Amino acid sequence: MDRIPILRMGNLLLVTIQIDLYDRLATNLESDLVQMVSKTQAKGVLIDISALSIVDSFMGRILGNIGSMSKILDAETVVVGMQPAVAITLIELGLELKGVHTALNVEKGMELLRIKIGPDEETDSDEDSPE
Amino acid sequence: MATDIAKLLQRKQKKVLEYWMNNQLMNEGLRQDLMSNDELRNLSNEFLESLLKALTDKNLKETNSDDLEDVREILAGISISRAQQGYSPAETGIYLFSLKDAIISILQAEVKDDYALLFDAMYNINRLMDSLAIISFETFIKGREEVILRQTDEISEISTPVIRVWDGILALPIIGTLDSARTQVVMESLLQQIVDSGSTIAILDISGVAAVDSLVAQHLIKTVAATRLMGAECIISGIRPEIAQTIVHLGIDLTGIITKATLASALKQAYAMLNLTVRKLEKDKTLN
Repeated sequence: MDRIPILRMGNLLLVTIQIDLYDRLATNLESDLVQMVSKTQAKGVLIDISALSIVDSFMGRILGNIGSMSKILDAETVVVGMQPAVAITLIELGLELKGVHTALNVEKGMELLRIKIGPDEETDSDEDSPE
Repeated sequence: MATDIAKLLQRKQKKVLEYWMNNQLMNEGLRQDLMSNDELRNLSNEFLESLLKALTDKNLKETNSDDLEDVREILAGISISRAQQGYSPAETGIYLFSLKDAIISILQAEVKDDYALLFDAMYNINRLMDSLAIISFETFIKGREEVILRQTDEISEISTPVIRVWDGILALPIIGTLDSARTQVVMESLLQQIVDSGSTIAILDISGVAAVDSLVAQHLIKTVAATRLMGAECIISGIRPEIAQTIVHLGIDLTGIITKATLASALKQAYAMLNLTVRKLEKDKTLN
């Protein structure tokens, strides 16, 4: 079965969606990602959807869910690279993706994540260093 | 039938044209600024010729017969071009009705003694000309609507420019009324520009918007939400006091949206968000 690869980079998880998601794939991604966040104690999740041209309400809800679930597990979620058409569709559907942050591209998304989780990381390393 | 009306008119074509032109030229509302008399004569002659050529006693009674298709087409062409040239509907109507007058006076002169035939002919001519007048009006209005539609498109095209005011800052001055169709154009061009220029801040300036009702406000909120989804921040500026009043009276919730009174203060806010400062250069006094 198809799976969307989840890459780990330090305390971040990277997901780039390169194919159009069907519902099953999206639910799999949701559960895989939550498992990964908990397993790796990741502090941030970056989801790149620049290759997605169609996002339906289900997909929008999954993205929102991922954001809320990660938040519970103490990780920030950033969705990057949304196409204008996709943004308009989501707004028309009434989905504002409240739980997730958005950024224009991967570079800006990484920057945003660094700002969001930066202080925690420092306190963590501060606590770690005396030990 | 003793006399063939269509044949009779065909024989008298020259005279009909003469009468028609006289009728038109006598009219005070003749627009010589839009069309010269020679042009008018040529056009009238062309139309009359095609009408009389297609006319038979049979289709004189059936006003929507196929034989008259060519005549209708020519008439439609005349009406549309008149609409585009700026003739008023009444002037186009008079153009056609003066032909009716001309034909009727010819008939009166020619069929003097046979009242039954004259009545019959007049009745049919009346019906024919009325049906032609309806076609003329319909195409005239269609022509006008095309002009209006084109202008509407042009206005919405030129009135939503997206300006790059600084690296990473876009401004979008909106002038006129925001309706659903225009909001769509605004949203699409703004989002596309955000992608193209990699901007993170968009300023929506609505100082040119005359009135904001709940629908317009909803459109604005949608645009702001869509920009956020793209990963950019949206500032609304140029809100006039009256508009602020209506927004509050309508109970529209703009919390969570950055609003500024002027484009200048929005720009200032954008600089602050990008950690930029603008500062006046001190002139080096030692050089003077």
